[in-house]
Amino acid sequence: MNEILILTILTIITAATPLVYAAIGELVVERAGVLNLGVEGMMLAGAVCSFATAHHTGSGMAAIVAGMLAGMLMALLFAFLTLSLQSSQVATGLALTIFGVGLSALIGQSLVGIAFEGLPSLNIPMLSNLPVVGQLLFSHDILVYGSFVLVAAVAWFLNRTRAGLVLRSVGDSHDAAHALGLKVIRVRYCATLFGGACAGIGGSYLSLVYTPMWGENMSAGRGWIALALVVFAVWQPGRLLLGAYLFGGISILQLHAQALGINVPSQLMSMLPYVTTILVLVLISRNRGRIRRNAPASIGQPFHPTT
Amino acid sequence: MIALQRRAHPSRLMGYLAPLIAFVLTLLSGLLLFALLGVPIFEAFHAFFIEPISTVYGLAELGVKAAPLVIIGVALSIGFRAQVWNIGAEGQLILGGIAGAAVALYFYEVDEWFVLPLMILASILGGMLWASVPALLKTRFNVNEILTSLMLTYVAALLLSWLVSGPMRDPDGFNFPESRLFHDAALLPRLLSGTRLHIGALVALGVVVAGWLLLSKTLLGFALRVNGAAPRAGAHAGFSQNRLVWVALLLGGGCAGVAGLFEVAGPIGQLLPNISPGYGFTAIIVAFLGRLHPVGVLFAGLVMALSYLGGESAQITLNLPLAVTGVFQGMLLFFLLATDVLINYRITRKRQS
Repeated sequence: MNEILILTILTIITAATPLVYAAIGELVVERAGVLNLGVEGMMLAGAVCSFATAHHTGSGMAAIVAGMLAGMLMALLFAFLTLSLQSSQVATGLALTIFGVGLSALIGQSLVGIAFEGLPSLNIPMLSNLPVVGQLLFSHDILVYGSFVLVAAVAWFLNRTRAGLVLRSVGDSHDAAHALGLKVIRVRYCATLFGGACAGIGGSYLSLVYTPMWGENMSAGRGWIALALVVFAVWQPGRLLLGAYLFGGISILQLHAQALGINVPSQLMSMLPYVTTILVLVLISRNRGRIRRNAPASIGQPFHPTT
Repeated sequence: MIALQRRAHPSRLMGYLAPLIAFVLTLLSGLLLFALLGVPIFEAFHAFFIEPISTVYGLAELGVKAAPLVIIGVALSIGFRAQVWNIGAEGQLILGGIAGAAVALYFYEVDEWFVLPLMILASILGGMLWASVPALLKTRFNVNEILTSLMLTYVAALLLSWLVSGPMRDPDGFNFPESRLFHDAALLPRLLSGTRLHIGALVALGVVVAGWLLLSKTLLGFALRVNGAAPRAGAHAGFSQNRLVWVALLLGGGCAGVAGLFEVAGPIGQLLPNISPGYGFTAIIVAFLGRLHPVGVLFAGLVMALSYLGGESAQITLNLPLAVTGVFQGMLLFFLLATDVLINYRITRKRQS
């Protein structure tokens, strides 16, 4: 029983980690007042570039960096169109996803069916030998530890640093921020690139650890779930972590349903994460006041200094 | 330094020119992409844009592919005008296909005239039902329709996969995940013998005209446009925001549903685990490329249909991956969004002060 429980928790962690990365990145982007709906596309770009690098170099570290850069490149495209050329953020984000699906499929054409041994787990000396706790807490790969550090760092940055205050003020009122002499466009560029890097790492995790191989459209809507997680978290990093683990738990239910003796067709079990996303969105969004108090006030609005 | 200067009025000329510029830029980048892939450029160009439409059959196929794109694109563009972002048309299409197929299978081998109309009705209701969920959640609970409509697309795809491998599977089909082949009374009439062109193409033209009439000649169309351009003005004029959300989503769902039926009762002729090559998503590009105007959508639908055919033809003759189509479609939308800046801004040289 203990073994099964530990295994379950480990798979939840694996399922939640890509969501944590993608969602924490998008959270920062949205706090800066930008709505990037292209998370799915950036994740796929990260996943395929990461896997290709891992396949050709054999280095997990290089693969993660490649995934990060791929996500940033996609984000740069989005930032240039929306921030420099004033295009609609909603439309551009959708375009980024459609483009990412196609481009990643094209790049990954020759990579389908190849396996990768996965990232090595970093066993922390002494601690990882502890019974139960060692396996649960101290023997993961570097990206799992990184995800917790990242969430803490983002929470600290947003709430405790001057730069974080600047970023939030740009997201809450770009006109006021501009009047104060803050570089609205520059801040938004940086935030968007950060979001792209995070989504790219999230994608890397999918192709390097979660599966670990490349398959067309393998993110299967996780980019969109990450967007929903930001709403679920009402733009607070701590709640986001909670949400990602909740979703991780639900998405692996289908793997364990059979073992638990639940005899439901696999397709219906696979619907759970998507249906849960909708239900959770309903629970959070119905409280209009709460959304209004927490959502960045100028989210999705274009900014041009002359208007 | 180059800078953008806001125009006093949006440029009408650029409104028409921007899609053409975007198309040319996409073509050039496409050729660059082919060069990068090591494919001879002129052969690739020929395979992608000329070969597919050089025969009558090819032209008919263009109509087959364009019909669903135009039908959905017109409905989406009406919704986008009102700032209602229904991006789950793919799911609504699937539900329409399922509902229509359910009627066809229920009346299996009933050779009556009413089977097809009933299937069409069922598909409209199926698509509307799927679209009514985001509408209800948006109007009642303030839930973002982008996320809900998209999540429901995944649910719809899984539902279809379950149905064709379970309840709606062909009993004599050796356990393959597909339904029975529809009988003749449940198949769409063909317009041209020897081709797959079906009456969906005519319906698409009808939808273009109806969409244009709705947007430009009716109060409802006016309300939709005002709501999109200036929501507060719309609210002052007494247009109910919630009602417009419902209209936009139901319209999108209904049209996507019919498009789904036209696939299963047209070129496919049965229910399969996969009934659309992403028409519901491509229709989003079609709507934008067509400038959110029904007549523009018609042309945009033909262009996008050609990109599907070109991708297939390039796959056969040049062994290019089918994913090239998606890259093309994404690039076109990017260039379009980028060139749109020319409508409201002019490019000037920044003076150093």
